[in-house]
Amino acid sequence: MEAIKQLILATAPEAVLEEKAHLTVTVAPDDLRALATALKNDPASRFDFLIQLTGVDEGENFSVIYFMTSTDDMTRQLVVKTYTTDRENPVLPTVSDIWGTALLNEREVFGFLGIRFIGHPDMRHLFLTERWKGYPLRKDYDASREANPVDVTSYPMSDHSETWVKGKDGIQHEKIQLFEEDDYVLNIGPQHPATHGVLHFRTALDGEIIKKIDVNCGYIHRGIEKLSEGLTYPQILHFTDRLDYLSAHINRHALCICVEKAAGIEVTDRTEVIRTIMDELTRITSHLLSWATMCMDMGALTAFIYGMRDREKIMDIFEETTGGRLIQNYNVIGGVMADLHPDFQRKVKAFIPYMREKLKEYHQLYTGNVIAVNRMIGVGVLSKETAISYAVSGPVGRASGLSCDLRKIMPYSAYGKVEFKEIVRHEGDCMARYLNRLDEIEESLHILEQLIDAIPEGEYCVKTKPIIRLPEGEYFQRVEAARGEFGVYIQSRGDKTPWRLKFRSPSMALVSVMDTICRGAKVADLVTIGGSMDYVIPDIDR
Amino acid sequence: MEVKDIKIKGIPHEEFNDNEYLEKYVEELRANGVGIVTGVLDDMINWGRSNSMWPLTFATSCCGIEFMSVGAARFDFARFGFEVTRNSPRQADVIVVAGTIVDKMAPILKRLYDQMAEPKYVIAMGSCAISGGPFCNSYCVVNGVDKIIPVDVFVPGCPPKPEALLYGMMQLQRKVKVERFMFKDKKKQDK
Amino acid sequence: MFDFSIVTTWVDQFLRTYLPEFWVLAIEFVVVGVVMLALYAVIALVLIYFERKICAFFQCRLGPNRVGPYGIFQSIADMLKMLIKEIIPINHTDKLLFYLAPFFVVVASFLTFGAIPFGNGLQAFDFNIGVFYLLAVSSLGVIGILMAGWASNNKYSMIGAMRSGAQLVSYELSAGLSLLTMVVLSGDLQLSTIIEKQSDTWFIFQGHLPAVVAFVIYLIAGHAETNRGPFDLPEAESELTAGYHTEYSGLQFGMFYLAEYLNMFIIASIATTVFLGGWMPFHIGGLDGFNQVMDYIPSVVWFFGKAFALMFLSLWVRWTFPRLRIDQLLHLEWKYLLPINMVNLLIMVGIVLLGWYF
Ligand code: SF4
Repeated sequence: MEAIKQLILATAPEAVLEEKAHLTVTVAPDDLRALATALKNDPASRFDFLIQLTGVDEGENFSVIYFMTSTDDMTRQLVVKTYTTDRENPVLPTVSDIWGTALLNEREVFGFLGIRFIGHPDMRHLFLTERWKGYPLRKDYDASREANPVDVTSYPMSDHSETWVKGKDGIQHEKIQLFEEDDYVLNIGPQHPATHGVLHFRTALDGEIIKKIDVNCGYIHRGIEKLSEGLTYPQILHFTDRLDYLSAHINRHALCICVEKAAGIEVTDRTEVIRTIMDELTRITSHLLSWATMCMDMGALTAFIYGMRDREKIMDIFEETTGGRLIQNYNVIGGVMADLHPDFQRKVKAFIPYMREKLKEYHQLYTGNVIAVNRMIGVGVLSKETAISYAVSGPVGRASGLSCDLRKIMPYSAYGKVEFKEIVRHEGDCMARYLNRLDEIEESLHILEQLIDAIPEGEYCVKTKPIIRLPEGEYFQRVEAARGEFGVYIQSRGDKTPWRLKFRSPSMALVSVMDTICRGAKVADLVTIGGSMDYVIPDIDR
Repeated sequence: MEVKDIKIKGIPHEEFNDNEYLEKYVEELRANGVGIVTGVLDDMINWGRSNSMWPLTFATSCCGIEFMSVGAARFDFARFGFEVTRNSPRQADVIVVAGTIVDKMAPILKRLYDQMAEPKYVIAMGSCAISGGPFCNSYCVVNGVDKIIPVDVFVPGCPPKPEALLYGMMQLQRKVKVERFMFKDKKKQDK
Repeated sequence: MFDFSIVTTWVDQFLRTYLPEFWVLAIEFVVVGVVMLALYAVIALVLIYFERKICAFFQCRLGPNRVGPYGIFQSIADMLKMLIKEIIPINHTDKLLFYLAPFFVVVASFLTFGAIPFGNGLQAFDFNIGVFYLLAVSSLGVIGILMAGWASNNKYSMIGAMRSGAQLVSYELSAGLSLLTMVVLSGDLQLSTIIEKQSDTWFIFQGHLPAVVAFVIYLIAGHAETNRGPFDLPEAESELTAGYHTEYSGLQFGMFYLAEYLNMFIIASIATTVFLGGWMPFHIGGLDGFNQVMDYIPSVVWFFGKAFALMFLSLWVRWTFPRLRIDQLLHLEWKYLLPINMVNLLIMVGIVLLGWYF
């Protein structure tokens, strides 16, 4: 860490260093790019993995917070902050050429706070439409429906991206055409069976071959982050389930850990184990569903039904204990909502061999199929460099050779106590991602096996204060959700509601690489790649 | 802060047994007799329509997954004639709005609805589609799809259990069964 | 074996005794047409039901079971609904082609349907170039699909139609060549003669290996021609929403839907006729006792039994395999099926010349 501090001070002498939960550096906007380049390239720091980028309205100024880590050592984390005091016309330099993650994230910040990033190639609104008035995450935003009434008239989409660059005389606005004049542009989405929800790809085609994809999100942008600012922590919990509803339990787990750590609440061992078991069950359901939908996208409908059929077994287990099927609402701050159902252990134990059996069936049914193999091998290759640059994690990142399993790197809950393999493949194609998921189901079963008989006795939930206030500060928690790294960032001002709450969604990273890896592939491959990426749209849009 | 005394009045269980109320109304209305030909034709057409409702594949968020479960092995809505989910709105009969509808999606939902061929029905699935659900205070969530398109059946829940959706779909079938097809327009003119 | 031509000839004679030639023919044409149309619709409905149930069976589901016992009226309900569903007029389409396209598809499949021998003496018209005729008209359907894709003014439809064109042109070759192989064996193009020649053993057994190869290739190519999974690229649900018929609604869509199922039946029945002896019962040369027992089963049952068995096979494939990609599809045809087919044809010619068949 010392070396890093020196490096920071050498490149940006005016930077302010603070030791909080993580090392935090505050720099002036002018120094940002130099510092970022140095941090990324210097062998001592090598912060090449930008986890997320958050814009915050701090009251008098806007700040942007960059969380970064290094693929050499994922536990090495750094927080860089920069700010602008201009509320009328805020501008900041872009880092999108340094980290690919910034491409979409900066667009998000622009939409939320109106900060323009100079040099960013595509400064359009990400989630909201061009006709939206105001910037929702500003504290003085008028959230009433009168300002932005529901409008059902269709409107044309702009074919231009906008960019602001530093010219001779100040900042200039430029328009760039997205597609060439005679491109055959196919609109895939927002309502399309293969986009797994409401994502919109504008795809330029040359015959069957994809030339370019323009990703449009926001068709399910529900404003969760803004809503959270007005709610207490226990109330916010229920939003987490509805972000990435396929790893509902894991997301909720992340927020619970974050709040518990900040408020200094100790949970019992029993809770930890229960949460871990539930996490793994959720992971299995999620991977099953993604296997099923991927097969369906490729045209094998029966496989889809098989995946759903086996998923129902876990749904039963969930329903007995938590009362919910898809969305369990089970974690609460300080523990879990209710104790395990008496049948829980028996059912999980019966489930493990059942699932192993079915995994074999899946391999027989699909993995060995000539058509399937030919459609997956070598298709949509995501190189390790791209994966790192765009901060792709989870099964997809691991299929590209990036070892990024947070359960191994920074064990939380009961993960430190169990033994499991991190599945890493190096091909980076659809096949690797596909196999990774199936293998991870196997590993999850292995974890379940170890824990199911070792649930300690004790309270399932500790008593907490009726109103939870977090001490002033910033808290960040990362967990491994089914699609990759899920993060919660809370900025608290000592209130019972957060000042700013941001979720780092794994799916956003997955979608941001779509353009890169789909170029040159066929339309049918787009569907396969989409299925193998397995993004969940509400998780992107929040 | 003053906590309001919230009372939630659930539907008593017996009411779920009273599913034939629509049929009873119609029987009452028809007490004076209906034309033989038109009546029989009506019945036949409604029988066909109600037993062959092809839903549009339309899911925006969490509820969509439960919608998929309903189509899968355990619940299998094909039993009731909801067999084929069509991907093209032109060929679908019922749109199950599964999930939150936000402002950006609203024009698209409207357009999808407009693209569907008559007769078309709408099921609002989940509290989001009914009222905005957990997000009803949000700055960009439509508080209920009935503000955009006419809804036939509401299925509450977050997400509704597959059984609930099946019940809703069967309710829709009942509703269709008592519709009038023959001389519908003529009646309108008479008014 | 009951010969249905006794009945038809009798009716013909009966009419002729009362009416002049012209009216007899007119009445017969109309009656045959109506019967065929009815059969066409009924077979389609049965097939739809059949597919639903089988698909449900593969997928551990129950399938339709609410309308009538075991849900057998499900497809009738579907048809009723489809008949009275609105047909949406669409702006910016090529109106004429748009409305013509579904008819083209249906007419093409109907024309083929007419020439199929359903039983002993049950054939609407028996050309002396029957096989050639079947091949020629069955490929007309693709024109309808191309028209639909072009006229809809929809990009999905367009891509779907283009795919369909590429697919049909390629697989038509294989289908044609494998039928040609069998024609070499039978030495005749007339369907009735072809069936007659199989009265001892079916062609698939007569022709040794080449016949089996031709049979398999014909099944694959035929399956591809019907645009059904895993060859359903033209309507690839998850890629192109509904492919070439994205813009069609109501009855027009119903026609596409019907034709799709009928095409499946047609392919199965051609395969039955040419390879499996059509309505000819299973005979083993020399075993007269056995052959007579087989003859007690009516010819119609034989025909439909074989056809449905083949269709079951194609459904099985459809519900198990993922969809091919367009380049894989073309590779399969041009790099594997076509060369194999040509060699196969040569071998068959050799076998026939040397007289090595039964
Ligand atoms: S009602 Fe609940 S489960 Fe359904 S879409 Fe809304 S938040 Fe998701």
